[in-house]
Amino acid sequence: MDKPVTGTKKVFMTGNETVAWAALAAGADIMFGYPITPQNEIMHYWTRLGTKYGRDFLQTEDEISAGFTVCGAIIAGKKAFTATAGPGNTLMQEPFSMAEAMRLPTVAIIQQRGGPSSGTVIYSQQEVTLTTYGGNGEGHRIVYSTATHQEIYDYTIKAFNNAWKYRFPTFVLGDGYQAKMREPLEIYDPEARNIEMVIPSPLVGLPGRIGIEREPQHLCNIYSLEDELYEVVLQLQAEYDRMAPELEEYQCRECDDAEILVVSHGVVSRSADDAVRFLRAQGIKAGAFRPITLRPFPGRALREILQTGVKKMLIVESAYGQLARLLQQEIYGENVPVETLLMPGVGIIDADIISKVKSLIH
Amino acid sequence: MIQPDMPRTWYAPTKPHKFCPGCGHPLILKALGEAIDELGIQNRTVYGCDIGCSLLSWNFFALDSTQTHHGRTTPVMVGMKRARPELICVGYMGDGGGYSIGSQHLVNSAIRNEKITLILANNTNYAMTGGQLAPTTLPGQKTETTPFGRDPELTGHPTMGPEMISSITGEGAYVARGTVAKYRQLKGFIKKALQNQIEGNGFSFVEALSTCPTNWRTNAKQTWNWLEDKMGAFYPVGELKSPFRKEG
Amino acid sequence: MRLVRVVLAGEGGQGVQSAAEIMAEAAYEEGKQTIYIPNFGLEQRGGVSIAFLQVGDRRIGAPKFNKADVVAALSQRAMARTRIYSGPDTIFMYDSSFEVTEEDLPTQYNMILDIPAVEKSKELNTRVFNVIIMGAVLELTAMIPVEATRNALEKKLGYKFEKNPELREMNYRAMEVGRALVRNRLKGGEMVCASTT
Repeated sequence: MDKPVTGTKKVFMTGNETVAWAALAAGADIMFGYPITPQNEIMHYWTRLGTKYGRDFLQTEDEISAGFTVCGAIIAGKKAFTATAGPGNTLMQEPFSMAEAMRLPTVAIIQQRGGPSSGTVIYSQQEVTLTTYGGNGEGHRIVYSTATHQEIYDYTIKAFNNAWKYRFPTFVLGDGYQAKMREPLEIYDPEARNIEMVIPSPLVGLPGRIGIEREPQHLCNIYSLEDELYEVVLQLQAEYDRMAPELEEYQCRECDDAEILVVSHGVVSRSADDAVRFLRAQGIKAGAFRPITLRPFPGRALREILQTGVKKMLIVESAYGQLARLLQQEIYGENVPVETLLMPGVGIIDADIISKVKSLIH
Repeated sequence: MIQPDMPRTWYAPTKPHKFCPGCGHPLILKALGEAIDELGIQNRTVYGCDIGCSLLSWNFFALDSTQTHHGRTTPVMVGMKRARPELICVGYMGDGGGYSIGSQHLVNSAIRNEKITLILANNTNYAMTGGQLAPTTLPGQKTETTPFGRDPELTGHPTMGPEMISSITGEGAYVARGTVAKYRQLKGFIKKALQNQIEGNGFSFVEALSTCPTNWRTNAKQTWNWLEDKMGAFYPVGELKSPFRKEG
Repeated sequence: MRLVRVVLAGEGGQGVQSAAEIMAEAAYEEGKQTIYIPNFGLEQRGGVSIAFLQVGDRRIGAPKFNKADVVAALSQRAMARTRIYSGPDTIFMYDSSFEVTEEDLPTQYNMILDIPAVEKSKELNTRVFNVIIMGAVLELTAMIPVEATRNALEKKLGYKFEKNPELREMNYRAMEVGRALVRNRLKGGEMVCASTT
């Protein structure tokens, strides 16, 4: 069968369409999904494109089922994924938590909408806590927060590869704006760019006669003794800690001599970049730090930057302190005052950040 | 004393098993094991078990097996089957997992005629958690959460699972209710439910009436009487839907 | 070029999103940086439909913005809904057929401009009303060459043009009509011009 993308191609499309192309290029076999705005078009494009390239889709009865069918397909050894938002993300925490416990490399695209509850169908950054630390576990997950359509493409491919390489549930955290807006990007065949594509492998239905050539696989997820579970969680934590430095990603703009450091993630970081450019032009020593991985959080890098003379930090997010909490636990003990610009469920533009920074200086 | 042979697909290192004396689960699992033996599908069968006493069977078989969550065995098996249709995917659950917390999955996978086989043990209570009201608890039956007996005015009537499934599945589905009191018949139903998946005809579902002396607080004789008389009278046993021609 | 920001708003079915998408496509094909985002809410139909379009040379930041360079309201209801996007530098455009009250107009603007697009569309075909508005916006902003917009129209509607070549001519004419309406109106000098209030 032909490759969905060969070489490199310039395109102009929505974020949701970008996800579908990236999942195709990453070799995803099957998507399970349940309709919820603003992620619906991922399913719409996947069902149309997927048919052309022999990929499968099932619309399940709810998000719980979408998450667990993904788990089932992965146990059977296929690259499976889903996409959701808001209340759907809440429901999917149950299957994601099973994926954490059983080391199932689930991939989920989260297009954040307003909350709490049904909130709005439009936009927010209010699913940070849920996506990084949801479920009744320790947050052993990989979470990429994208800012551009190019990143949606790049990191969706990366999400599949790192999920299967490290075997932790992996998320691409977008939002309604990124889902619905159109902007230019390049789509490409990852193998043509020497990106190593991880080959999936099954946990059940293995070759060989049971009892003669191999033992049966018994996949465990619940333990009789608290000591057994303790060992399992410590093991998970150890592997997560070992993996973290390989995974942490961040971006800096004018951080070197920054006196005021604007920290934001996702689509808001675009406004932060513009704000810093504007402030610098006015002689204000502003810089921007942006975690790309929210889990594991690039705390080490941030601490180093804070050592270089940052006098104040401004955390900016379309939520009421979800990034702020993540960040503050990571830099505990650092002596830099933290200010916030918290606008839950609404977009933030450069002018908002510029005026906040100016109010902090004067 | 001569012991009868275990089915080949029973996993010897995990025997003796952990079910209570007098529990019906091992009989259902024996029927399933023998059916798999006879069909010769051990190496391509995947077994998924729910939470509840059904969980105690997670390493019961010499089959590739997986645990899931309470009520979520159905979607896990659906995902597996959709991903690899060559596998024979068998889900095993109790009445709570199938008819209560996982009912939306059961109903919708039945409507979609998913090519999987589900076996559901009906022992009229939540046994592992200590004997609470189940969707299948009989009217008047005492449980920990209905200490004065189930009042249908307050908690509704027992779920008639196979009747519901047979009315919502399309052509090719296989639906039956058996009982551990009629072992050979039950095994026949389970075998057909597997054969139906092998042939890719449609959704396959067997409810098995089962016993729980621990939570029923019954001795051997009372247990069997409750199963055959009380449950047998309320839940009719037999095939409700079958794509196979009736034999004889 | 400097960054140009446009808000188009109208009733569902008036083709607001299509017009914005065609302009965005044209800008993209011209090698510009561009972002187009629809407002989207609970209603699939009904309600005011708004499109946010930005065209520039540098990577664009946030997909939405507070104040536009041009706001084009295609319906009366859309005026009240979009007046908040009008700032001291904004050209606020609406149709001369609307019965405008104080509450419909923005308090801040560079220019308030009414054009008889509805009337003209009746002479052509009411279905190309949005293309007339598109022509008017292009004339006001000069953000994309007319030729590029024609190509984008062709890309989006080519399959319809194949079946009915008259449709192509009608769309091209509609675009020219829109441009001429703005040119004439600006020459007339009758519109309200005011400094920031």
